[in-house]
Formats: sequence, structure tokens, C-alpha cells
Amino acid sequence: MKNFTYHRPATVAAALPLLDAEWGKTELLAGGTDLLDRQKEYVSQPDKVVSLTGIGGAFKQIAAAGDAVTIGAGVKLADIAESKELAAFPALTGAAGEIAGPQIRNMGTLGGSLCQRNRCWYFRDEHVPCLLKGGKKCFALDGENEYHAVFTQGHPCVIVHPSTLAPPLIALGATAEVVGPKGTRTVPLEKLFQAPAKETQREHTLAPNEVLVAVKIPAKEPPRNASYEVKQRETSEWPLVQAAVAFRPFVKVARDVRVVLGHVAPTPLVSEAAAKALEGKEVTDATATAAGEAAAAGAKPLSGNGYKVALVKTVVKRAALLAAGARPYWEG
Amino acid sequence: MNDSTGEARSGPSRRGFLTGTGAAAAAAAGLRGELAPAAQPNPAAPAHGPGPVLVELTVNGNKLSTTVEPRVTLLDALRNHLDVTGCKRVCDRGTCGACTVIVDGRTVYSCTMLAVEARGADVKTAEALGGDRLDPVPAAFADCDAQQCGFCTPGFVVSIRAALDKNPKATPEQVEAALTGNICRCGTYEQMRHAIVQLCRKGG
Ligand SMILES: Cc1cc2nc3c(=O)[nH]c(=O)nc-3n(C[C@H](O)[C@H](O)[C@H](O)COP(=O)(O)OP(=O)(O)OC[C@H]3O[C@@H](n4cnc5c(N)ncnc54)[C@H](O)[C@@H]3O)c2cc1C
Ligand code: SF4
Ligand code: FES
Ligand code: FES
Repeated sequence: MKNFTYHRPATVAAALPLLDAEWGKTELLAGGTDLLDRQKEYVSQPDKVVSLTGIGGAFKQIAAAGDAVTIGAGVKLADIAESKELAAFPALTGAAGEIAGPQIRNMGTLGGSLCQRNRCWYFRDEHVPCLLKGGKKCFALDGENEYHAVFTQGHPCVIVHPSTLAPPLIALGATAEVVGPKGTRTVPLEKLFQAPAKETQREHTLAPNEVLVAVKIPAKEPPRNASYEVKQRETSEWPLVQAAVAFRPFVKVARDVRVVLGHVAPTPLVSEAAAKALEGKEVTDATATAAGEAAAAGAKPLSGNGYKVALVKTVVKRAALLAAGARPYWEG
Repeated sequence: MNDSTGEARSGPSRRGFLTGTGAAAAAAAGLRGELAPAAQPNPAAPAHGPGPVLVELTVNGNKLSTTVEPRVTLLDALRNHLDVTGCKRVCDRGTCGACTVIVDGRTVYSCTMLAVEARGADVKTAEALGGDRLDPVPAAFADCDAQQCGFCTPGFVVSIRAALDKNPKATPEQVEAALTGNICRCGTYEQMRHAIVQLCRKGG
């Protein structure tokens, strides 16, 4: 790892002047579970590391107030998974509890989960000069791409967004609070993410001198919600495909349906088609299956990841049924 | 890439620095890093490093201190600077659990945490479970022959200890769930299962 100077400000305000207007020389450090990995691989070589772990108060708390629950960006994944304040949001707590193992959940934070860099093995290899490292081509397009996007939508970089907290938070209508040199701005969570195409872009839309301070979930009459993911093995592995579903029950039917897919596109992907397939209908095996079919329509897999299209159907169906309170029949 | 001490191929390495200038100078540089940092934009958040930085922490009840560059992980500080070698360096990438230690009551991968981030922390390593009064967890491992090469063992026993401290009435399934961040390359899982069942029967 390249050496660096280290700062540990006690407030967000004290952190801001330490940040640069450009990516590369300065990195924020939260739990370090992503950043240290990149530094050890020389994929990231900051000269300055600004630790957020000295910031206390709301930054590290989950607070239910009025009609919203606010989660500080410094809250640990383990605390999200076990939070009583978040009990109405099993899509989120369940996804947090599925991340890696206890050690990563004890270290990793909400902010780090949402701002972590992608897991493309070409990106993570210092010696491969792909688009996101200032190179001219994407090596995954005609290389090893079994974990890459199936909805590439014309993007030149075909990563999948790595955060499993993003799809449930988007399905729940969360917003992000971002602080920068010009003050605070509020961003709908789906707008926090972008498909990067070059070295000067990240998987999120924060400026290099901004800090994500909190995520707010509307909590007035929370929707029914669930997240479901398929993994290659049970632990210490990102999902192959994930779906988060939220809806409001109205008499017997589902209203305000939100379906968000994870690990199929360079950003978390809101599936309007799947939501439409459930809107105004009772969530049954048949309608959940139809939603899965709708979600998978239009997928354009790469050479090695056609299997993901079938998984999209399965995860959407199961997430919808779980949100509706069905017994997980697939667990036998 | 990193060599076995976690140093880097570029920039002044700790070893080069020590052999070149002597340990006293290194300590002085540590003070320089702490007390007279380079020009900084905000006095509330001084720059530490890139030279050695003073790290004081409590390890298994003993107050210890050392000076390490900011890039040195807690694992390398413990093993290479403080002679606390129970935590093992296997993957050095936060995926195997051999380096598991308890920091302020929670298990973490010490290979994935900077030593400077652990300043002031209370750290417990596998050594805390050994000594004259052997902790029931390693005792059950010995009883059930729950190790082969033993490289993963300090991480497993620390994770199990933390799980039982959190919930002394944990079931074997709950203890196993707490071990999802630890890997045994020798595949001694069945014997570890026996040890866990024995521990749960005795109530931790
Ligand atoms: C084996 C393994 C399995 C995993 N499986 C999953 C999984 O299934 N799903 C999943 O979602 N994740 C998974 N992860 C990733 C893990 O969740 C992330 O590494 C973790 O959440 C990052 O949080 P951190 O606090 O450690 O971030 P850090 O490593 O400290 O930071 C990560 C990045 O985010 C930036 N950052 C951090 N906080 C902020 C902030 N407040 N504002 C602006 N930028 C910020 C940092 O600058 C850095 O670039 C896995 C990790 C491992 C090692
Ligand atoms: S998918 Fe993106 S990160 Fe991976 S090789 Fe292609 S351009 Fe690079
Ligand atoms: S050495 Fe730290 S997790 Fe493997
Ligand atoms: S006993 Fe050898 S790795 Fe577990």
C-alpha cells in the first residue's frame, strides 16, 4: 500500500476543507473494508486519507423522528441488520444481515456500502488499463463477464453496482443527505448512482469534495417490503442477482409498487415493467411470476452471464411473494 | 505488491527507515508527525504521517504503544511491532478470518483496519483465551481435535468467544452463523461442530 497522510476530523464540517475537487489524491475512509482492499492492490493510491470514524452524533445513529427514519452514514451494517427502529423495513435489514460475515458487518458502514467501488476483476487488477482506470477499452465486454451486467443499456462499462443496500433503499423511497462546500443537498437515492464510463467518474454522483451524511426513509405507513438475493455460496459473497420489492396493500391488491433490481446493471435498476405487472393486482404466485417475466424482458446478456436472466425472474417473484407475507416455499 | 510485513514497494519503508536512521530517530519522526504536522487546512484535524505515528492501545488488558506509518494495518502492528502474533495473516484481504480480533467488543478483520484507526481501542486477541486459565472455547477445540494446521484456529476461537459473550445461551446454529466470516482451509468443520455443540451444552 502506498503511504499517505491521515486525518481524523471530529465533524463533517472539519472534514470538508480536507477534500479535493478531483478524484484520486484524497479518499474518505469509513470502515475501510473496500478502500483498504483497493489500496493494497494499488488500484487506489491516495496521498491523503480522511477518516470519518471520529465523527460522532447523528452520523453514527439511527433516529426515528416524525414520519421518517434517518440512518447516519457512519452506522455499521451490523447495526442496520439488528435495528429496532428499522423493523418495518425487512428489505433493508435483511439485505444488511446477508452482507459478507459478522466481521465485515461490524466494520462496514452505510456510507461505505453505498459509495463502494465496483467488483469487476479487471477494475480490481492494477495492471489492467480499462476505461475506469484511464484506458481505452472495457476488458469485460469480450472477456470474463459472468458477474457483469445483463442490462448494459449501451453503457461502455458493464459493471454491476455492488451495493445490496441500494435496491431496498430505492424501493423504500429513501433520500440521501449530502454535504459539500456549497451546503447540504437532498438527493433521491436512485439519483445517487450513475453508470461510470471513465476514470473521473465513480459509481455514485457525489462530488469528490462531498460527504454522504445520512439516508432518510419515509416511515409514515411503511409499505410491505422484502429483498431477495441469490448467491453462489451462502456467505462472504456478493449476490449474483437481487430484487427488492415494496408496495402498499389496498383491500386485496398492491398499490404504489416498486421493484428494484440489483447486480444486473451498472446502477441499481428500477423495473417499471415489473411494478406495472403487479400494480392493482393481488400478489399471487401467478402475478409474482408475471412480474419476474416482465423484469427480465429486454435483458441483453453478455457472452458469459445468460444465467442471470433466469435468476432475475426468480428473485423478483420471490421478493414479491415475501413482501406479500407468503411462506418461503423454496426453503422446503 | 506487499511483502510479508505489509510494507510497500514505493516510498520510504519502515524497515529502510529504521535501518537508515535508527530507532530513536524513528521515534522522533513519530513525534514530529504528531506534534508538528505539515501545513494543514484545518487545525481541528491535523495531518498524521506519512512518517510513523504514535499508536497507543490496550491489547488483552495491557497498555501498549508503538509508532507505525498510517498505512500499517492493525494486524501488522500487532504482529510485527507489538509481538502479539495470535492473529494470523492469511489472505490479508478481509475474506478468511484468520486475523479476527475483538475491537471494543466486536469482531473485526485486523488486516482490514488501519492501526491508526485503533488508537485508544480495547483489543482482544486469541492470546486472551490462552495462558494458565484456558478459556472454554480453545479447551473444547483441544478436546474435539478441532484443528489440523491450526492457522485458522485463533480466528475461529475469537469469533466463537465473541458470539458466546454476546449471547451465552446461543444455539449451535447461532454460533455457526457467527462463523460465516471465518474459513478453514483444512476443512476441520465437523470437529469444530462437535466443539461448538459441547460449548453450547455447557452454556458458553
Ligand atoms: C467478502 C465480502 C463480501 C461482501 N458482500 C457484500 C454484499 O453482499 N453486498 C454489499 O452491499 N456489500 C458487500 N460487501 C462490501 C461491503 O459492504 C463494503 O465493503 C462496505 O459496506 C464498505 O463500507 P466501509 O465503511 O468499510 O467503506 P470504506 O471502505 O471505508 O469506503 C468505501 C468507499 O466509500 C467512500 N465513502 C465511505 N463513506 C462515505 C461517505 N459517508 N461519504 C462519501 N463517501 C464515502 C470511501 O471514500 C470509499 O471510496 C462485501 C465485502 C466483502 C469483503
Ligand atoms: S466492466 Fe467497467 S470496470 Fe470492468 S473492465 Fe469494463 S470498463 Fe473496466
Ligand atoms: S487475513 Fe484478514 S481476513 Fe484473511
Ligand atoms: S485447521 Fe488448517 S486452516 Fe483450519
